[in-house]
Amino acid sequence: MSPVVRLLVKRLSISVIVLIGVSMLIFTIARVIPGDPARIALGPNATSEQVEQLRDKLHLNEPIYVQYGYFVRDFARGDLGISLYTNRPVMTDIAQFLPATLELVIVAGIFMIGLGIPLGIASARYRGRAADNIIRVISLLGVSAPSFVWAVILMLLFAFFLPLFPIAGQISDTLAVPPRVTGFLLVDSLIAGNFAAFFSALHHIILPAFALALSGIGQAARLTRSNMVETYDKPYIEMARSYGFPARRIANRYAFRPSLIPSLTIIGLDFAAMLGNAFLVEAVYGWPGLSRYGVQVILRKDLNAIVGTVLVISATFLIVNIIVDLLIAYINPRIRLAERSGS
Amino acid sequence: MRRTLYILLSNPLSAIGLFLVGTVVFAAVFADFIAPFPSHRGAVVDFSNFNQPPHWPNIFGTDLVGRDVFSRILYAYRISLMLGVVVLAIAVPIGVTVGLAAGYLGGWAEFVLMRLTDVFLSIPPLVLAMSVMGLLEPTLTNGMLAVTTMWWPWYARLVYNVTRSEAQEGYVLAAEIIGASRLHIMFREILPNCVPSIVTKMTLDLGFVILIVSSLSFLGLGVQAPTPDLGSMVAEGGNYLPDSWWLTVFPSLAILIAVFGFNLLGDALRQLLGSDQ
Repeated sequence: MSPVVRLLVKRLSISVIVLIGVSMLIFTIARVIPGDPARIALGPNATSEQVEQLRDKLHLNEPIYVQYGYFVRDFARGDLGISLYTNRPVMTDIAQFLPATLELVIVAGIFMIGLGIPLGIASARYRGRAADNIIRVISLLGVSAPSFVWAVILMLLFAFFLPLFPIAGQISDTLAVPPRVTGFLLVDSLIAGNFAAFFSALHHIILPAFALALSGIGQAARLTRSNMVETYDKPYIEMARSYGFPARRIANRYAFRPSLIPSLTIIGLDFAAMLGNAFLVEAVYGWPGLSRYGVQVILRKDLNAIVGTVLVISATFLIVNIIVDLLIAYINPRIRLAERSGS
Repeated sequence: MRRTLYILLSNPLSAIGLFLVGTVVFAAVFADFIAPFPSHRGAVVDFSNFNQPPHWPNIFGTDLVGRDVFSRILYAYRISLMLGVVVLAIAVPIGVTVGLAAGYLGGWAEFVLMRLTDVFLSIPPLVLAMSVMGLLEPTLTNGMLAVTTMWWPWYARLVYNVTRSEAQEGYVLAAEIIGASRLHIMFREILPNCVPSIVTKMTLDLGFVILIVSSLSFLGLGVQAPTPDLGSMVAEGGNYLPDSWWLTVFPSLAILIAVFGFNLLGDALRQLLGSDQ
């Protein structure tokens, strides 16, 4: 097996173990809580017989490991149970709300990489000078506030005082929503060839995505800077300098490549944080994603829906991390070249 | 100690960090004496003076039931800091023990403990805390519990990494040769060498606990009314933008200033203690 494939297999198997662990953890938390979920679902007016019936139907009267067994069996069939809040299959609910959240997180991720890494490179290149200090303070400010604070501040500045961006929502009310294909509005509007909808959606997503990305931008910039500063002290950079290579080429090629690897790892973790923080940003901008659903099901102790939401979010996070690992394997010559030499 | 302080103060950014942290801690501890309206931390109403923009003596304005925003921010600081200290006091020993054991013992202990850590790390922190908080009743104690469950894995991973490299050092081998017990090696030999990294991370984390706690209460899953909290103040004021801007802007800035201060100080400590992890 080539090293990259071996790595993929190893990471996938670890991820499956971790996902099983997550499901056990969240399942246990969901079952040991005080309060009867059947009673909560049916409301205070239901008779105790009705409650008992629902408990039987949900297997709540059986020992917890048996309940977990049922859960795993259903999950293998792609069934996460019925949400007690919306009365629909949890899978359907998640399929409806997840794309909007993912769309927001992906655009934020593009901001994070596209702005954070170049800022970090510039900061390292002009180390100790004014530009470096300004970038450092900005990136530290970025990580120093929860994303809902940035969401509120950006909304106040760029939607109210300077009305450059819309205040809330995913698309302008006057436009028809393009037919749902992928659930990603930006993609769907392009598929439908509806450019007015595409630009409106783009216009709506910029502010929330930027608010969500700010702490990630700061994090990526800080990390890229500190890694590059370390790389700058290496002998081969010294050599490149003494050969008189242009500073820009040294920065962008010789110092940047090795520094990218640790940055990528953290970007994977930041992605996880953004999946969580999307809840906050969505609440501020009335974004129709998983947030409102998640908060509602948590407040209503809707067990199936909570377990399902957490599992899907964790699975998304694990997939992103596998992609990041593969990307690192691809960039890192130690892994990539080992493949070529066949060792 | 004096030298440390001198180095901290000689860098303007570190000095600002120290100043901000000092101010926040001072404000939290002496809130009773600084706050112009100490009673406004609770469920007080003063409808003759509600929703007023900043003016004297309500320098940050008043909220929808006439309470002084400035006073409430001071008391919110107190609760956030208290939460931060308690969370770290529980999470750090757990994480450190797990990390030491996994890093030094290796084998099965390492596999099981680190996979367990991975499980916790693969649920986004906020989602994990939200689930714990939502499933239990949203009280202050449960808030601490919720945040603690998501905090220890980071220390486990940090200490695990340091322990793995320290375990290769000569002094550990020497201790093993003279027959020191595993517990002795873990806690008396290796642990002291992890302290700089741990202290740095704790400083940074005090800021991040404030951040997470305010995020939870922003979603209505944290500290409950009438107890003042920066997150719920922002959430409440958010409905009255842009007219009553002071309801959101000041609590937002309060979060920003506190976390920024802890970050600056943590960064300075990291450089000072040379614990760049």
